[in-house]
Amino acid sequence: MRFRKTGAAVAAALALAVSATACGGDSGSDDTITIGIKFDQPGLGLKTPDGAYEGFDVDVATYVAKELGYEAEDIEWKQSPSPERENLLSRGDVDMIAATYSITDERKEKVSFAGPYLIAHQDLLIRSDETAITDASDLNDKNLCSVGGSTSAQNVKNELAPEAELQEFDTYSKCLDGLSKGTVDALTTDDAILAGYAAQENYEGQFKLAGLSLSDENYGIGLKKGDTEMQEKVNAALEKMVEDGSWKEAVDKHFGPAGYDPGEAPEITEKS
Amino acid sequence: MFDFLDSPQYNLLGAFWLTVQLTVFSGIGALVWGTVLAGMRVSPVPVMRAFGTAYVNVVRNTPLTLIIVFTSLGLYNSLGITLGAEGDIESINFRLAVLGLAAYTATFVCEALRSGINTVGLGQAEAARALGLSFFQVLWSIVLPQAFRSVVAPLANVLIALTKNTTVAAAIGVAEAALLMKEMIENESDAILLVFAVFAFGFIVLTLPTGLVLGWLSKRVAVKR
Repeated sequence: MRFRKTGAAVAAALALAVSATACGGDSGSDDTITIGIKFDQPGLGLKTPDGAYEGFDVDVATYVAKELGYEAEDIEWKQSPSPERENLLSRGDVDMIAATYSITDERKEKVSFAGPYLIAHQDLLIRSDETAITDASDLNDKNLCSVGGSTSAQNVKNELAPEAELQEFDTYSKCLDGLSKGTVDALTTDDAILAGYAAQENYEGQFKLAGLSLSDENYGIGLKKGDTEMQEKVNAALEKMVEDGSWKEAVDKHFGPAGYDPGEAPEITEKS
Repeated sequence: MFDFLDSPQYNLLGAFWLTVQLTVFSGIGALVWGTVLAGMRVSPVPVMRAFGTAYVNVVRNTPLTLIIVFTSLGLYNSLGITLGAEGDIESINFRLAVLGLAAYTATFVCEALRSGINTVGLGQAEAARALGLSFFQVLWSIVLPQAFRSVVAPLANVLIALTKNTTVAAAIGVAEAALLMKEMIENESDAILLVFAVFAFGFIVLTLPTGLVLGWLSKRVAVKR
């Protein structure tokens, strides 16, 4: 008898669960907007332990969403790791992506961009007391760290310092550990990302940017391929953000603590 | 359609060659260490049995990614262990990855071998003891040869799993197939599915013959009882 009761309870619970998922399934409706960001990049896109989201990308995305008619609480944030960004957009899982997304010709084959809203440069993060690294060629007898497969790692291998010992991890945080312990001498990726790591509380004062500006990375907002209407709206929002000073405010708030200055807001280039 | 493969920046064969090297070196390490562990687990010395059991249960139940990353962050970064490859990050990472993979895979070798030992008739060991052989002599010359012959098929499974597990070494920057795949995904975002297909095919080319050859071998050498 008891078994039958348990069985009925389980069946009821299952039925409830099924119907509940059926109702919650349509997140793509008009009253919310889904935006892809990074969850693990301090200063740009970070999910804090209490579940909030903060960073420059987050602020830009929030501003753009507001211009499109969505309040901050209508935004659904979705994690979008680098290799998945194109698929998330083309499948329609996210409406837009603001996640240190460099505009490149290869990517434009699959997605459209709005912006750029920030120009970052590949740079080096070194220990604050480091004086031996003043130029990319100084890296040839040094240990350098980056994320495996990333464009920054490829730049080092192919162009900047082919002789350097390159340690590749799957996240930048692991490089930081090696940098503070001395097994690597420099960490390389975009300066905007490095600034966020340098400003982290547990590493405060230990690292500095080398300021080499090794490349130009135009961060754009990724959109579904060919959506020119959205592109215009987002570009208009970005222009307004720069004009009314919110852009500068966000820059100061997120990059100021690391002493990083990305300069003036870039010209919008991605027009249809 | 596959024109991205012609680009000289991708050394596909080199990457898969490193995968093969990782598999072979870790496989040898795992076979040796796994045999020792199996010997410990059936030995009459309680301390050895306890160590064997503890090692197998701890290492087997730890995610491989954790073990591999630990070899780099823990052994190299914190303790400065370079396994004799001072200053050459590529070799250090390779050796650390082999160490991690062997330490992990040995637990599966050990358990396969232990089940093989159980298939050897008790009378074999008793007869050997009656002849005056020591425990190690019984294990090495009577029990293990028969045990190995009955576990060729399960060991082939372990080897195939190991081949695929080498992809985890990408987490600490060993330039094997999975790391090259990451690089290609980053650059060829318009052909992601093709990239996946190419690497899946590469692994099938490596593992399918392994399975066929060892499957055939297991039938050849099986102990007829």
